[in-house]
Amino acid sequence: MAGHIPMQHGSKNTGKRTAEEPLWIRVLLIALALGFLLIFLVLPLIAIFIKAFEQGASVYFASITDPDALSAIKLTLIVVLLTVPLNAIFGVAAAWTVTKFDFKGKSLLITIIDLPFAISPVIAGLVFVLLFSAHGLFGEFLFEQDIKIIFAVPGIVLATLFVTFPFVARELIPLMQAQGSAEEEASLTLGAGGFKTFLLVTLPNIKWGLLYGVILCNARAVGEFGAVSVVSGHIRGLTNTMPLHIEILYNEYQFSASFAVASLMSILAIVTLVLKNFIEWKTSQHG
Amino acid sequence: MQKKKTASKFLVAITATAAILAGCGSEESSGSGETDSTAEKEPVEILNVSYDPTRELYEEFNKEFATHWKEETGQEVTIQQSHGGSGKQGRAVIDGLEADVVTLALAGDIDEVAANRNLIAEDWQTRLEDNSTPYTSTIVFLVRKDNPKGIKDWNDLAKEGVSVITPNPKTSGGARWNYLAAWAYADQQFNGDEAKIKEFVGNIYKNVEVLDTGARGSTTTFVERGIGDVLIAWENEAFLSLNELGKDEFEIVVPSISILAEPPVAVVDKNVEKKGTEEVAQAYLEYLYTEKGQEIAAKNYYRPRNEEVLKKYADQFPDINLVTIDDDFGGWKKAQETHFNDGGTFDEIYQPQ
Repeated sequence: MAGHIPMQHGSKNTGKRTAEEPLWIRVLLIALALGFLLIFLVLPLIAIFIKAFEQGASVYFASITDPDALSAIKLTLIVVLLTVPLNAIFGVAAAWTVTKFDFKGKSLLITIIDLPFAISPVIAGLVFVLLFSAHGLFGEFLFEQDIKIIFAVPGIVLATLFVTFPFVARELIPLMQAQGSAEEEASLTLGAGGFKTFLLVTLPNIKWGLLYGVILCNARAVGEFGAVSVVSGHIRGLTNTMPLHIEILYNEYQFSASFAVASLMSILAIVTLVLKNFIEWKTSQHG
Repeated sequence: MQKKKTASKFLVAITATAAILAGCGSEESSGSGETDSTAEKEPVEILNVSYDPTRELYEEFNKEFATHWKEETGQEVTIQQSHGGSGKQGRAVIDGLEADVVTLALAGDIDEVAANRNLIAEDWQTRLEDNSTPYTSTIVFLVRKDNPKGIKDWNDLAKEGVSVITPNPKTSGGARWNYLAAWAYADQQFNGDEAKIKEFVGNIYKNVEVLDTGARGSTTTFVERGIGDVLIAWENEAFLSLNELGKDEFEIVVPSISILAEPPVAVVDKNVEKKGTEEVAQAYLEYLYTEKGQEIAAKNYYRPRNEEVLKKYADQFPDINLVTIDDDFGGWKKAQETHFNDGGTFDEIYQPQ
């Protein structure tokens, strides 16, 4: 998961030491690592694409252009476009507050930011059911006003927002802590305003970390299944996101179609990883 | 001092933009909700919240009904579908999923909906013919080709070394029918000796390898993942697996005794009132009883109520000695309390290792 921060790679010292290990240990360790990678990561990925194209390219394209599939893709994009910018803003605000200021209850705040990581997504979904369902705290009121939150798009956005909340903040807090607030203080003493300081001093310092957090947040928002499943209501063509649509197709014996949509998500994941690596490379250059 | 001031300014700026953004989001969504109900005067949408194995049935039926309704009234109707374990779906309707009609696996789940927020009138089961059940089904076994474990009846399921797949009766309607069918068999075998019945049913559940939450999940476990020697399944689900996934891989075994499963349907009064869809929702359910509707049910391996349609499909539906929930278990309320509520017989006999 997140939480680690891209920094320099292993130093030369350790490289020298491993070279002194007996050959068979090195071979064994490398074989173990490669075998593990192959079985747990590469093979499943290949399997997805094989299954997706099992019945030919026409079935593949038919299943990703099916109206229900398109609406699932659209809904997923809407959710991402709403949650990622919001969480980027909240994340920067939270990281700024935590790292540049001292106040009472700071560690409590950090714990609360981490909460969505600790809570199972199912619970995250149920929390919103408790609040907004017909029996929930605001249920009667919402019913009378004819505002639908749960089993509709707002509920899905809220649940995703909750689950992906910590990604940006968690990425930025260690980075900003390491950077300290000396540069901001300098900027302020030289007469720049708060907003100007943020734009010209803080933002350039954290931009790669921020982007990294945004990418992780994006990946999770696209892929979230548990929390969304609880609040979705599973109405075809209306409240199914891509992961939910994949499950439905699978349960309807449309295995190829389900893996076709799954392959789309895998491509998205691979693009995300490439971007992530690019950013890691960039930060290591800057660092 | 100064640092604090500027920082707080910045915080205000951020929270303000966040609030504006959040405001946009919610306005947009509630706005679209309003246009749904007001702008679309002519075309109408209804939501059918159903249980797992009816996907194929309603996919076909919905098309047919939409054409019929258009001819009859000139109005476009779109039927939206939601499927899942019966209990879970009932729960979602209680929690606010705005179903116009519910078509669930058993009366007990609709009773549960009716008991909440006046969603459905309490006498719902008398509002349509045949206990509001336009089609029925029963419970059969699906085994692997050539029946390698020689499974013929319920007692073969209790034998050691047989691996059984069935969903969890706590969450799945189909699973409750499975459980009661096994109970009915044991009841006859042991002349109502409850200790022996419990031991027998307990032995079957000791053989259960995977306890999924819904009927479709169990079918996938058995068929696609290849786990288990026998799947206790809805008759329609068993037929569907046979046709979708290979006649040369599975066989259906009909036990000596089974249960008449009645998956009922009902209009959700409170929701249709609010949405103004009473008429079309009612017509939708009534259309299930027409010859056309019955034919579609039979084609999707549900036993039709209509005698003539049933005759037409007679070789598809073998005669089975069927017990009923009302005569043999005293109705769903009682069956639910004795067997499936916390502390019921299922809790007694099922102890996961």
